[in-house]
Amino acid sequence: MTGSIAAIGAGIAVIGASFGIGWIGSKAMESIARQPEAVNDIRSNMILMAALVEGVALIAIVLSIFLT
Amino acid sequence: MPMSRQLTLKISLFLLVLAGILGPQMGFTQDHHIDSDEKDLTEEGYDPTNTTLHHISDQNVYSLGFAQIPLPMILYAPEDGLKMFSSGKFGIGHHGNGHYAVDRYVLVEGVVRRITDKSFPGGKVALEDHPYTFQTESKEDGADAEVVYLSHNGNTYRLDNKSTLDGGVLGGGLTSFYDFSITKNIVTMVVAMLLLLWVFLKSARRYKDNPLQAPKGIQSFLEPIFIFIRDEVAKPFLGAAYLKYLPFLMTLFFLILTLNFIGQIPFIGNPNVTGNLTFTLALAFVTFIVVNINGTKAYWQHTFWMPGVPTFVKPIMSVVEFIGLFLKPIVLTLRLAANITAGHIMIVIFVSLLFIFNNAGQNMAGSAPGLLLSSVLAMFMMALEIIVSLVQAFVFTILSASYIGAAIEEAH
Repeated sequence: MTGSIAAIGAGIAVIGASFGIGWIGSKAMESIARQPEAVNDIRSNMILMAALVEGVALIAIVLSIFLT
Repeated sequence: MPMSRQLTLKISLFLLVLAGILGPQMGFTQDHHIDSDEKDLTEEGYDPTNTTLHHISDQNVYSLGFAQIPLPMILYAPEDGLKMFSSGKFGIGHHGNGHYAVDRYVLVEGVVRRITDKSFPGGKVALEDHPYTFQTESKEDGADAEVVYLSHNGNTYRLDNKSTLDGGVLGGGLTSFYDFSITKNIVTMVVAMLLLLWVFLKSARRYKDNPLQAPKGIQSFLEPIFIFIRDEVAKPFLGAAYLKYLPFLMTLFFLILTLNFIGQIPFIGNPNVTGNLTFTLALAFVTFIVVNINGTKAYWQHTFWMPGVPTFVKPIMSVVEFIGLFLKPIVLTLRLAANITAGHIMIVIFVSLLFIFNNAGQNMAGSAPGLLLSSVLAMFMMALEIIVSLVQAFVFTILSASYIGAAIEEAH
């Protein structure tokens, strides 16, 4: 059972990021439904925010894998 | 319907090609068993982890199906001096394992390693069949590391890995030699660079000669992408000064996109360039330099002495902002490399399902469901990876633009 704690850490990090990205996606869909003419602005900002959330998760995953 | 028949034909052709080319490459045919070296086929059967790591790593040989294209080696060891030769001198066999040792260097799974023991003869030395053994050893700090041993004339020699600049964080560190070779990744980068140069110079010349004509050929493919990046990334984040940074952003976007796509084309070696931390670190370092050289007075004031907050918070804020200064390029590095490497790993694992199902060619009854499952899943993953390639190139560009935009913003 080597490396199991690291896998749990990576899994928890992914749960957090999935909530964050899911929230961003749902809010972006809502905003597009409200204001379809703003779809371009919303899309690029959505990708930007998702990338920032993903970055935090990636730091957690990398730390959990390499610093065990 | 002719349409669907054509599709079926294409899919069956794809399966044939997959079985024909990937099969021998990954340990499918019987002939390969006899010659197969080391770890992919052990007594327990097929080892997907090792295959995956082998496929995503940078190598000193370019494997194209059956052909092993040798690349130039430039090696430096402090005790031995500089050595330059072609990696064809190793007599590359299956899996990139060399049949010869050259000046105490050997090629193990496409990666050069060095024999530290000076009693081993220099020059070109023929090795035995299956000379390499892999062992997992514990280091002083408790982490496990894989060490390769070479057996030759009844003796075992420990092999040193090449030096890496990670300071031991990622399992590397400084060793007895440095590898400055033209590796598979570098060849791919040069190819991408020449491709981009050719394509862009060609369209640029056309814009210069006939500025008012409708775009033609490759030009009509590039123009919408170029305008999309200009209008969605450069203008909103950089404002009036966008023209100064447009060449940098375009270079980032098209270089990352091209390398991502080259890595996704099946059967041409799938080089994992943008999944390589060193490559993405270099890109992020350039972004870091561009951001901080162009930082205005207001940017540095916001970094070190945030206006508008109570005085006792200011030192805390400046520490956080100072860490953030370096954290931004580090996260840029990790995001691109981790996403692309994850995609490559998923595809190799899905293709590996075939060899897990048929137990590395021992159990032919398992081949049919394995082939079906692995080809369908691998095709699905490749389709997903095309989206990921586009999104990650876009994300790197848009984040660079937003960091530059924050740095050149005037006080308000």
